[in-house]
Amino acid sequence: MPNTMILPTAMIEPAAPKQRGYWGSVGNRLRYDPVTVFFGLVVLAIILAAIFAPLLAPFDPYKESIIGRLKPLGWKGHWLGTDELGRDILSRLIHGGRVSLLMGVVPVAIATVVGGTLGVVGGFGGRKVNTAIMRTMDVFYAFPSVLLAVAISGAMGGGAMNGMIALSMVFTPAMCRVAETATAQVKNLDFVEAARATGAGTLTILRYHILGNVLGPVFIYASSLVSVGILLASGLSFLGLGVKPPTADWGLMLSTLRQSIYVNPVVCALPGVAILITSVSFNLLSDGIRSAMDVRM
Amino acid sequence: MDTVEIDRGGPAQPLLIAKDLRKHFKVKGGAPGAVVRAVDGVSFNVFKGETLGVVGESGCGKSTLARLLLHLIEPDAGELVFDGDAVGDMRGITVNALRRQVQMVFQDSSSSLNPRMPVRDSIAFGPYVHGKTKAEAGRIARDVLVKVGLKPDLFGPRYPHELSGGQKQRINIARALAIEPRMVILDEAVSALDKSVEAQVLNLLRALKENFNLTYLFISHDLSVVRYISDRVLVMYLGAVVELGPVQDIFSRPKHPYTTALLASRPSMDPARRIEEPPITGDPPSPINPPSGCRFRTRCQHAEAVCAQTQPILGAWNDRDSHIAACHMQDPESGHSLAIRTH
Repeated sequence: MPNTMILPTAMIEPAAPKQRGYWGSVGNRLRYDPVTVFFGLVVLAIILAAIFAPLLAPFDPYKESIIGRLKPLGWKGHWLGTDELGRDILSRLIHGGRVSLLMGVVPVAIATVVGGTLGVVGGFGGRKVNTAIMRTMDVFYAFPSVLLAVAISGAMGGGAMNGMIALSMVFTPAMCRVAETATAQVKNLDFVEAARATGAGTLTILRYHILGNVLGPVFIYASSLVSVGILLASGLSFLGLGVKPPTADWGLMLSTLRQSIYVNPVVCALPGVAILITSVSFNLLSDGIRSAMDVRM
Repeated sequence: MDTVEIDRGGPAQPLLIAKDLRKHFKVKGGAPGAVVRAVDGVSFNVFKGETLGVVGESGCGKSTLARLLLHLIEPDAGELVFDGDAVGDMRGITVNALRRQVQMVFQDSSSSLNPRMPVRDSIAFGPYVHGKTKAEAGRIARDVLVKVGLKPDLFGPRYPHELSGGQKQRINIARALAIEPRMVILDEAVSALDKSVEAQVLNLLRALKENFNLTYLFISHDLSVVRYISDRVLVMYLGAVVELGPVQDIFSRPKHPYTTALLASRPSMDPARRIEEPPITGDPPSPINPPSGCRFRTRCQHAEAVCAQTQPILGAWNDRDSHIAACHMQDPESGHSLAIRTH
């Protein structure tokens, strides 16, 4: 093809804005969003505290003390007091974050991969594939999510592993539906048809045109599910279906401290406060990322 | 250019022959067996180097026809021959080979670009699919951007939402040209643009056609635009071709009453010659149950008994200058009182 040719219209030259990649522009928008940045830092602090728990915790979280039971805040260097067995609350909260975060994040990750894949296949595939996948997922919707989580982990027996499996099964249908909806919306747009018209195969179209448009909503939904996961995991532990005592876990701590609420209400509420702060931070962070990731703003 | 080597049939061989294309869509929730006859036996030739305009009201099957030509929708019946090779035939070419040589530009310039892809990647996608490396495809994208009048460094890295409608449609044209097709189907490609931008894009299309020996199938409901850009015009009504001929003949001496009505419906530029009454009234009949005989008879002022009984045939075309219409008044033997007399 000739490289030089006379064009019927003049080159259009608006002022050139600074060019950024997609993630560059997302990062730039996040910089000007102090709320998201703040809660992002909180989430980061919680995660770091969980990772470096043995270094950060002032006391051994499993060391019991007969005389130091249910002491108030600040008692003998126990900043947040002690629990019903005299164990340091702060140390237990820091260690408990490990289990709680793990049970919040791992099931969401599993559900994202499994549910997301099923959803994209269901959304892009034909009517029969779609019906087979989506109606199966609908079966899970027949039960409230808490009931389903309790039923599954109850049937498989307690423990952190079974709890995570139960939560994964609870999250997968919702994730599948989000991915399916996003895929079905994108699938019918002209640019997918244009890609087919260039002779691209299904897998190529999925990879270059569908995934990029589906990952956004899926990722955002996943980040909002993390806080639900932490709450549900705590709920399972509270009911005795999650981790077993004496493991430090926020839900379990809430459950055992509950009996002492008339003795020292402030200390008993602390694990709940930890759950609250964590889930609120995850939620607000995911909200901020959601708006920063909208490329059309 | 490699297109010269694959110009197999020579100049006389039509680039694309459509024979009796048919697509019926099942009606959802309708009576069993009810179908929308979106495209009902359409035949035509597209000659090399020409622009064939396709006009008709909304819902007459123009866009379905465009998609059938690229096999984006599978035709129920009919045959496509591209430069002498039957598409999908054992001895012909595959649908993929057809898509290598025929590209399409869609009406909605926004939804036909991936919102999460910089436009240069959208353009490079076609060459990449056809086996070029990413670097080669990127170079092709730059070249093509220059050809549609956009600076590659300025516009290439942008996302579709950062461009105006006219710029987006240029990108879509660039995307179609990136794999060096021989034919481009423009499905209402300029209809959504402002008048001034529309004119720019039309001129660009003309220039590109000359520079790259392209053949256009130009679908539009805008008669002025079709007149400006087309060499020949095909008029569709309710899924069928009613008239086909060179653009001057169609516009100066239309043969079919529907074409006459369409032309009369154009707004006049002269306020003194304002159209007081619409030349054609009512909506087209339902394509689920088209009228018997001639499909246009329910809205035609010349309709007679014969029009309800037999379906008029389009007649055979011979060459680029054939002007044919599917109307009983064109057939001396039809028995219509206004039928042209043989002298």
